[in-house]
Amino acid sequence: MQELKKRLCELLSDGTVARVLGWRRGETSFDPEPAFFGSAEELSDFVYDGFCGANLSKMMIEAARLEGKTAVCLKPCDTYSYNQLIKEHRVDREKTYIIGVGCRGKLDIDKIRASGIKGILSVSGTECDGDGDTLFVKTVYGDRTCKYADAMLSRCHVCRGKEHKIYDEIIGESRDTTDGDRFSEVEKLEAMAPRERFEFFRRELSRCIRCNACRNVCPACSCRKCVFDSNNFDSAQKANVDPFEEKMFHIIRAFHVAGRCTDCGECSRVCPENIPLHLFNRKFIKDINTFYGEYTAGEDAEEMCPLTDFDFGDAEPGDVTSGR
Amino acid sequence: MMGGIYGISKDRLEGLFSALAAERELYLPVLSGGKVNFSVWEEGADVRLDVTKTAKSPKDAFFPQFETLYTCRTEEGKLKIDPEELCRREFVVFGMRACDAAGLRVLDRVFLSEPVDTFYAARRELGTIVSIACGEPEESCFCRAFGIDAAAPDADAAAWFSGERLLMKPQTEKGMRLVSSLSEYLTEEDGAEAVIEEEQAKIRAITEKLPYSSLSLEGWGSGETKRKFDSPLWEKLYRPCLACGTCTFVCPTCQCYDIKDYKTKNGVQRYRCWDSCMYSDFTLMAGGNNRTTQLQRFRQRFMHKLVYFPENNEGMFSCVGCGRCVDSCPSSLNIVKVIKAFGKDGGDE
Amino acid sequence: MQIEKTAQNKEWKPMIVAFCCNWCSYAGADLAGSSRLSYPADVKIIRVPCSCRVNPMFILRAFERGADGVIICGCHPGDCHYTTGNYYTRRRMALLFSMLDFIGVENGRTRVEWVSAAEGAKFSATMNEFTAKIRSLGQNVRLGDLRCRN
Repeated sequence: MQELKKRLCELLSDGTVARVLGWRRGETSFDPEPAFFGSAEELSDFVYDGFCGANLSKMMIEAARLEGKTAVCLKPCDTYSYNQLIKEHRVDREKTYIIGVGCRGKLDIDKIRASGIKGILSVSGTECDGDGDTLFVKTVYGDRTCKYADAMLSRCHVCRGKEHKIYDEIIGESRDTTDGDRFSEVEKLEAMAPRERFEFFRRELSRCIRCNACRNVCPACSCRKCVFDSNNFDSAQKANVDPFEEKMFHIIRAFHVAGRCTDCGECSRVCPENIPLHLFNRKFIKDINTFYGEYTAGEDAEEMCPLTDFDFGDAEPGDVTSGR
Repeated sequence: MMGGIYGISKDRLEGLFSALAAERELYLPVLSGGKVNFSVWEEGADVRLDVTKTAKSPKDAFFPQFETLYTCRTEEGKLKIDPEELCRREFVVFGMRACDAAGLRVLDRVFLSEPVDTFYAARRELGTIVSIACGEPEESCFCRAFGIDAAAPDADAAAWFSGERLLMKPQTEKGMRLVSSLSEYLTEEDGAEAVIEEEQAKIRAITEKLPYSSLSLEGWGSGETKRKFDSPLWEKLYRPCLACGTCTFVCPTCQCYDIKDYKTKNGVQRYRCWDSCMYSDFTLMAGGNNRTTQLQRFRQRFMHKLVYFPENNEGMFSCVGCGRCVDSCPSSLNIVKVIKAFGKDGGDE
Repeated sequence: MQIEKTAQNKEWKPMIVAFCCNWCSYAGADLAGSSRLSYPADVKIIRVPCSCRVNPMFILRAFERGADGVIICGCHPGDCHYTTGNYYTRRRMALLFSMLDFIGVENGRTRVEWVSAAEGAKFSATMNEFTAKIRSLGQNVRLGDLRCRN
C-alpha cells in the first residue's frame, strides 16, 4: 500500500491528475469508504486493503463531469465494469488515469460475523501485498483467528482472473482466487423442479426490503432516472407490497443489465438481506453464452453487446425454453 | 405481584412459544437465508434469541413497511369506500432489545401525538413487548451514547439470559398479564434479583468497552441548525452515498412514509409505505422537490435525527444507537462517522 | 382497464394477451377475421408498431394484471418492416422466457410466433392452440398481483 500511496502522491503533486479516487480509512480497520482525494495531504487517510471491496468504476461517471483528470484505483474485476462504461459512453477515458491495483481476494466482514465471531474491534492480516492466509481478529470477547479464504466475498471464489483489462499502470500483485465453478449455483437450480425453483425464489425474494441498494451500486445501472422511480408507475418502488413486485423488480433489474453485466458481484455484496441477486445475472450470462456464444462483458471496450446484436440463425424463443 | 421474577429453562422455550402463538400472533427473531429478522412464529422456525441485532428492526410489527389505508371501488355504478380495519388481535413481540424498545418511544412521539395515527395506536395498544438484555453486545452498538441501558431494557416484560435459564420480569400491566397466562411454563424464582444484577453488571462492563460507547453528542441537539447546516463537512461526508434506502429501512426510528394509490381490477387501493429521505422523490410536491441533490438528502437524514427531532421533542434524539446502519451501509457510511467528523471542530470551516 | 377480467364471470376463463406487430401479425389477425376463421375471444390483441417494441416490462405487467398467457406475434425473420426489429425480439424474448422458467413460472405461458399478413389461417390456428395450452395450464397464480384479483 505504501508504494501505491507514494505513486498517488506523485501523480497529484506533479499535476498529472487533479484528484484520486480511492478509499478513505474508516472508524475501524474494516469499514473503509470510497473517497476522492484532492491533495497529497488528504492522502494521509488513504487506505487500500482487503476490505476495499467496492467497485469504484461507477463513481467515474461523476468524475467525468469534474474538471481535470482523475486517477482511479481499479481491481482486475473492476476494469471489466470500466470497459463496459466506456462502451456505453458514460465515462471519459481521456480524463481517467487508471491504476490497476493488486488484489488477492476481498473480504466480507459479514462472513467473519457469520462464522460466529462477535464484537469485532479490528482485523489484521488484510494487507493486499501480504501473503498470510490467516486473519487475526480482535474482539470484545477475546482474540480470534479465521482463514482469509473463508472470509472472502462470495464473488471472489469465482474470481474473474488476475488480469487488468484496462490500465495506465499496475501497482501490486494480483492473484486468481477461484476455487469454485461460476455457474454451479445456477445449474443446481436448473436441475430442480419448477415448483422447487419457485419456492426458492419466493423465499429469497420475500426478504427484499426494496432499499434499491443493488440497483444503485450496479455499475451497469447508470440511467439518470430509473423506470422504477417513475411516479407514473403505480407499483411501489420502495415497498414490498405484493410478492409480485419483488419478482418484477429483480427480473427487470437483471434484464436491463443482461449482456452488459460483468458479474462484478456488487449487487450481492451490498444486499442487507443477503439475497443471492447474482443468480439472476449469472443465469442471463449463462444463457447468452449457450445461445449466442461465449461473451464476456467488459473484456474490451468495443465488442457489441449480445442484445444489441443478432444472427440470422438465432434460436427461436420457444426452442430455447423447451430444449431443456 | 408486579416486580416478581419468573424463570424458564432454555429448552422449554419452544413450548412456551407454541403456547403463546396458539392464542395470539407471535413475532420472534427467525433465521432465514442467513439473516435474522422478526417474523411471525411458525412451528419449526429457527428462532435465534442469541443474535443481538436483526437485519431489519422490529418496528414492522407496529409500523409495517406497507399497509392499506382504504379501498375504493365501484359497485353497481356507485362508488364505495372501505376503510381498512384497525388491528384487532393481540400480539407479542418477543426478543426485542433495549435499543428497539427505545426506538418505539421515538415512534410514539410522532404517531401518538396529535393527530394520533390510529393504525399505529391500535397496534401499540394490542402489542406486548418482551425485551431481552444484550448478553453479547456488538462492536457497532452505541446505545449507551444515547443513555440507553442494554442491561435494563424498557418493555412490558424485560428478560435476561443467565446460563441455561431465561429470567423474565414483568414491568407493566400488560407484561404481568402475559406472564400469568404462561404460568404453566414459568416458575416464580426467589432471589433471582441478585442473579439479574450480576448479569447486568457483566453487560454494563462490556458496553463500556465497546468502541463507540463513548461517542460524544456534544454540539448536537436543539438549536444547532445554523451551525451545522452549511458546514463544508457535508460535502466530504456524503460523497460515497449511493442514495439507496438501506439505512432508513433497517432503522428502528425512521418514521417517514409515503401514500400511494394502486389501481386494482375495478378500484383503487390507497396504501402507505415507508419512504426514505435518500430517494429522489422524497417529499416531492407539485411544485417540485425541495431537496434536489444527494448532499441535501444525506444531510437531511442526520440533521433530522440529531438536530430537528430534538428541537421539537424536548431534546430527544431520534437515533437509539442500534448500529444497524453502521453494519449495513454498502459504502460504510454511518451516523457515527458523521457525529465524529463534526465532533472534532464542530464543523466550522 | 379493458384487458382485465370482469368480476361477473364465475367460471374461470383464460385471459391471453397477444402483442401483434402492426405490419404483419395485426394484418394477419385482420385476415383471419375477414376470412371468417375463428379464434377464441379470450385473446386480447394489443397492436404494437413492431414486435421489438415489446418491453419485458409489458409482459410482466400483463401477468401482474391477470393475464394467464402472453404471446408476441411479429413478422417472419427477414420480413421486418424496420428491417431487423424482430431479430432483437427473438434474442430478448429467448432470454426473458428462459428467466421466467428459471424462477419457476410454468413453461408455456409465454410464446413468440411469426405470423405474416397473408397467414390468417396460421394466426387463427396459433391462437386456438395457445389458448388450449393455457387452459391446460390453468390459472396463472405464480406471476400475478393479488391486489388485481378483486
